[in-house]
Amino acid sequence: MSYISKPKVAHPGIPRNKLGLTVRDYEGVISTLCAGCGHDSVTAAIVQAVFELNVEPHMLAKMSGIGCSSKTPAYFVSQSHGFNSVHGRMPSVTTGANAANRTLTYIGVSGDGDSLSIGAGQFVHAIRRNLNMCYIIENNGVYGLTKGQFSASADIGSKPKKGLPNQQEPIDPVSTALSLGATYIARSFSGDKEQLVPLIQGALSHDGFALVDVISPCVTFNDHEGSTKSYAHTREFYHHVVDADYIPPAEEIKTQYDKGAAMPVELHDGSKIILRKIDDEYDPTSRAAAFKYLRERFNAGEIITGLLYIDDSRKEMHDLMGNIDTPLAQYPLEKLHPGSDELKKILSRYR
Amino acid sequence: MKPTDTSNPEYFHKVVDCQWACPAHTDVPEYIRLIAQGRFSDAYVENRKSNVFPGILGRVCDRPCEPACRRGRVEERPVAICRLKRVAADHRDDITDRLPKPADKSNGKKVALIGAGCASLTVANDLAPLGYDITIFEALDTTGGLMRTNIPQFRLPPEVLDEEIGYILDLGVDLKLNHRIDSMKELLDEGYDAVFVGTGAPKGKNLEIPGRYDSENIHIGIDWLESVAFEHVDSIGENVLIIGVGNTAMDCCRTSLRLGAKSVKVMARKPRGFFKASDWELEDAEEENVDIVVNHSPKQFVIEDGKLVGMTFELMEYNVDEQGRIDRGTVVGEETFPCDDVILAIGQDNAFPWIERDIGIEFNEWDCPVVDEQTMMCSHDGIFFGGDSAFGPKNIIWAVAHGHEAAISIHKYCHDEDLADRLPVGINLSSQKMGMHEWSYSNDYDPAARRMMPHVDLKERFKKIDIEVELGFTAEQTLQEVERCLNCDIQTVFAAKLCIECDACIDICPVNCLTITANGDEAELRTRLSAPALNPDQALYVSEDLPQTGRVMVKDEDLCVHCGLCAERCPTGAWDMQKSTVLIPYASDEAADDKAVEAPAA
Repeated sequence: MSYISKPKVAHPGIPRNKLGLTVRDYEGVISTLCAGCGHDSVTAAIVQAVFELNVEPHMLAKMSGIGCSSKTPAYFVSQSHGFNSVHGRMPSVTTGANAANRTLTYIGVSGDGDSLSIGAGQFVHAIRRNLNMCYIIENNGVYGLTKGQFSASADIGSKPKKGLPNQQEPIDPVSTALSLGATYIARSFSGDKEQLVPLIQGALSHDGFALVDVISPCVTFNDHEGSTKSYAHTREFYHHVVDADYIPPAEEIKTQYDKGAAMPVELHDGSKIILRKIDDEYDPTSRAAAFKYLRERFNAGEIITGLLYIDDSRKEMHDLMGNIDTPLAQYPLEKLHPGSDELKKILSRYR
Repeated sequence: MKPTDTSNPEYFHKVVDCQWACPAHTDVPEYIRLIAQGRFSDAYVENRKSNVFPGILGRVCDRPCEPACRRGRVEERPVAICRLKRVAADHRDDITDRLPKPADKSNGKKVALIGAGCASLTVANDLAPLGYDITIFEALDTTGGLMRTNIPQFRLPPEVLDEEIGYILDLGVDLKLNHRIDSMKELLDEGYDAVFVGTGAPKGKNLEIPGRYDSENIHIGIDWLESVAFEHVDSIGENVLIIGVGNTAMDCCRTSLRLGAKSVKVMARKPRGFFKASDWELEDAEEENVDIVVNHSPKQFVIEDGKLVGMTFELMEYNVDEQGRIDRGTVVGEETFPCDDVILAIGQDNAFPWIERDIGIEFNEWDCPVVDEQTMMCSHDGIFFGGDSAFGPKNIIWAVAHGHEAAISIHKYCHDEDLADRLPVGINLSSQKMGMHEWSYSNDYDPAARRMMPHVDLKERFKKIDIEVELGFTAEQTLQEVERCLNCDIQTVFAAKLCIECDACIDICPVNCLTITANGDEAELRTRLSAPALNPDQALYVSEDLPQTGRVMVKDEDLCVHCGLCAERCPTGAWDMQKSTVLIPYASDEAADDKAVEAPAA
């Protein structure tokens, strides 16, 4: 942490988005995480992403559980809604919030402990429901807040700062999400904002559950030699397989793409994601192929990044259930609460 | 780009924009911090080391530091550096025991200084403590040169002049007043080891147009100001026209108002934006209801019955091109203004009627001596020039800078050393880290706006000619203004080998001056930084290749507010905030046994 907050002074030529806001207007309070924490870079990427998406701060809801990762919503978009829930319960709280008001943009920030251990059951059911949210896992392989024990995403053979290497099979959020039928699955690295920012933008625009698993090194407890989640290890073994360029609605595609490698996907809101395949063999629309590829590369010790799977055809939770569009808070009270006589009538239908 | 060579003292020196812009390289951020701590005497002594006249310059310096100030780029207005200098002078305690001491014994070298202005006084200040026998020859009956004769008392009180000049004369200088040097040849015959010419640019420019010599009410600005200073003139007509719009014109118009003028117009040939006067001097004149009339080019004086009754001007129109350059203009009409007096303030020239042209001093096409810009020596060995007499009219702080350089040269000349082989400027760097997130300086950015100088009431100030208009900053103003300084001398120093490329510094930088990216040539690199680096005058600080990816860290120095957050957020200490102290050599350093610039105490 720092004693002074980030000065309000800004570059005089700082750009403004369509709402007339600068990127500085999307910041939160100053981070109290360790200096150099990957999570702070993820925060900066989120700030950049929502600034460029012209998100109205009051239309954003940021949700989290417990852990270093779950502190980060305090560090972006101070003017938005937020809920810091019980450990591992961010998905169900988000489900409730989303059920009551589907017009907000939901961004959940979680960690490997919060999502893959205590909250694993919550995580998988949010996927199963295809809850419309951007779900970011700041994945560092350790419990930083309790001084560096291995988490469920620690790789076999990864060395701790003190003690013995990890022996247990890791849970990979990407393959887990793939097997559960998530509709937008990406992996990136906190040290690679060029890749991360468009992936977050795509995830926020995607209609349904969008997972962004971000390798986000713990600079204090997991950035040493022998760790497989350090800055140096990640840089050495990570590969872009398929990059994504986010094109906002009604904006033209300006970049020239090679025909074979570029694959445009149109999202529900009219925005587009241009998938740029770095590995021609990879097919980010086939679950089976993606799964096979990921496992093979994982076994080879590679960290595969990019927009790894996308399916924009499936319905999100509200559409599956046929819910109304109006947030419950704006729905007339007499319709929301029809009275005890009406309730009796409904109950009698089930007698 | 190649990695920035920070071992070159020039690199970090340039980052301290104010200090770099100051001809005498006064350590501005250092003395502002001393003021912030209430250490006014220390701030004064720090100032005096380089600029010799803090009290004088705190009022009337031309302030090249202020347009250069980084604060003026980050927001609109620079730190009120000059006003703060005066705070140090106004509130200091007795500092006489911290001044240079008279020499214990003479070194047997005799040096003659011609003119008792700021350039000569600086030479005396530097050489007298080293044992030189200094003689100053002054034509007038008082010291200070143009500082006394041309700067009105309501801007620079005589007591301030007397005190700071007194510090130098007390070093055992032989001052010969009323002693005009009429012949350089004769002076050389007197056997001085070296001669320094600090005679200024004493000749006001004339305006040769019809009617010029038909009235006694047409004055040359600097001569007229001198007559006022010596009380030979104590009145002026009701309607006064000032020709020219430089700083002398500003002094002339404001002085006229104090001698009985009711209406004063400053006649400018060009439009606003092309005036020579400093903005603040213009502001002060306009506050006193001086009318500034633009686009009027003098044509002739109107004389009726031997009396000046007006002046005719050509009305001008100009075109300004895209680069902001103005053309010569076209005449579109004519206008006559009634007046009782006209003061010509259109510039000054050097004049050396007293230097014989056959004694080996080479003169250039403008009839000025050819002077070496580094050594200040002319083509005749042992004769040095400084101040306005060297390269034409500049200002006090340039004269001081010349004086310091000339003193070094004179010392080397008197000791048969090579004048060009001078001690280099050095730099000291020291970390300012005091704890995990603590720095030795006030690193937070204070958004306060520039404080305004309080002035004596408009009615009150005209009652006497010597009422100083500027009152000096109050304690509250000082407290706020010092916090506006960005501490540009607390440098961001980067060690590439420690960087793990976590982006923490980039994410926290409030002004987006940091980028990690692939290297490239400068012009191309400037286009792909976190924020476009559009100011080519400000350097890019480029690191060695970073260990993990081979990319480079690039810092655009332009808008850095030196808040230290990059260093606070750096997990490996790759960034550090280090104070740079520029080590400027003076004559005393050249004379020291170890021949090294004295390093700062702390």
